[in-house]
Amino acid sequence: MVFSVASFGRYCIFTRRAFSKPEKWKVFFKRTLIEVSKLGIDSIPLVIIISLFIGAVCAIQMQINTTSPLMPSYTVGLATRDIVLLEFSNSILCLILAGKVGSNIASEIGTMRVTEQIDALDIMGINSCSYLVLPKIVGFVLIMPVLVVFCQTTSLFGGLTVALVTDLISVTKYTYGLQSFFNEWYVWYGIIKSFIFAYIIASVSSFFGYYVKGGALEVGKASTNAVVISSIAILLFDVILTKLLLQ
Amino acid sequence: MIEVKNITKSFDGKTILHDVSATFYTGKTNLIIGQSGSGKTVLMKSIVGLVRPEKGEILYDGRDMMKMDMKQIKAIRKEIGMLFQGSALFDSETVLGNVMFPLVMFTDDPYDKILERANFCLDRVNLKGAENKYPSEISGGMQKRVAIARAIALNPKYLFCDEPNSGLDPKTSILIDELLSDITHEYNITTIINTHDMNSVLGIGENIIFINKGYREWVGDKEAIFASTNEALNDFVFATRLFQEVKDYIVSHGTTKRPNANDTND
Repeated sequence: MVFSVASFGRYCIFTRRAFSKPEKWKVFFKRTLIEVSKLGIDSIPLVIIISLFIGAVCAIQMQINTTSPLMPSYTVGLATRDIVLLEFSNSILCLILAGKVGSNIASEIGTMRVTEQIDALDIMGINSCSYLVLPKIVGFVLIMPVLVVFCQTTSLFGGLTVALVTDLISVTKYTYGLQSFFNEWYVWYGIIKSFIFAYIIASVSSFFGYYVKGGALEVGKASTNAVVISSIAILLFDVILTKLLLQ
Repeated sequence: MIEVKNITKSFDGKTILHDVSATFYTGKTNLIIGQSGSGKTVLMKSIVGLVRPEKGEILYDGRDMMKMDMKQIKAIRKEIGMLFQGSALFDSETVLGNVMFPLVMFTDDPYDKILERANFCLDRVNLKGAENKYPSEISGGMQKRVAIARAIALNPKYLFCDEPNSGLDPKTSILIDELLSDITHEYNITTIINTHDMNSVLGIGENIIFINKGYREWVGDKEAIFASTNEALNDFVFATRLFQEVKDYIVSHGTTKRPNANDTND
């Protein structure tokens, strides 16, 4: 089993080490900003592309599957909005980012481990775990809500684009649907979930990278394990958070 | 001076180091030599604290590392510089960034002073002009020199080098050896070099500890090694015909110390 009870224990110790006081706050803030840029800002093009297309597909699917005369005409906009706000902009986006960001973190830290760069930090008297991992966790947790809000907006715009360029959906009805029965809590629900998911992606991926033993092959395996375990953890916490936040 | 007393270390029930004791002197190039798998890397990692032995003492100028808490070990580590086998330079930093790294982390000096010290260290290892290159853009020998510059940036009292010549051509190896030897004498550092490069052993070995199958087999210097009667040592050091002929020549011409000088068989 990739993630045994022993591994979970090690993960807890790893987390404790990661949350130690940084050696130098100035260096920590600088590294956090770099991680915000590398993990968050650099992911924006991917977020835009995925959100636009998924938003568009959601709108088309809703239109095709809600042809009953009993359904109000604004259903397409309303359903697209709720799908995007409740699941796509946070859970599905985070599953996708677990692949991009998770493998990036695991392979970066894993390579540092096998090339003795982490040993070099330890020998210098630096808490390598805190130095490398904490800025990634803090940086990604900080930027994730921004990506989620970005995703929510772009997805809804993707649906609007379908209405604008095709005759499948009426623009007026779509925009009316977007504004109907709007529940502000859904936006906050997505943002709250994204904090947890960002923490899972950054910490789990760092954990797998940090404890790599061997060479390039093991770094690849660690990268895969990081994505798999992060994704499973995201799905598990999605259920728990949905139960806690929506009931 | 670093003293190691009765160090024992096992992995998965297999003992790698058996009661190893050794003294590493200040201002001398101390070499740990031995075949691959003999335990010399484990010994070095034990001394720097990357591996914790089951028993024994590791004394840094009388301070026992084995009895220290993490805070005290971190304080000792700030007196240590280490050169890793693969250089272990930070890929994301330039040459200058790598050398400045320990200065930025552990001093409160202004940027100008840090820059000045980093440039001095780069100058000391003859690397002026490569400041803005990344580790991937420079040769293996240059990477080693950057790693040496980084290791000496904080004026360490102890310098550890894990196989500094691995992957280098003989000429560059000699340059690195000479640089390490010069730095050791110039700054009066306790330098410990882990190597199986015989050119290094015979070139800069002022205090040589031979590890064989986890035991300390022999201690001496580069001159005493020619006169040693220790079979395992001779098999290892004079493994090639060339080195055997060199040994025969030196012994027959009497240019080294006579047998049994500093020679101990454990």
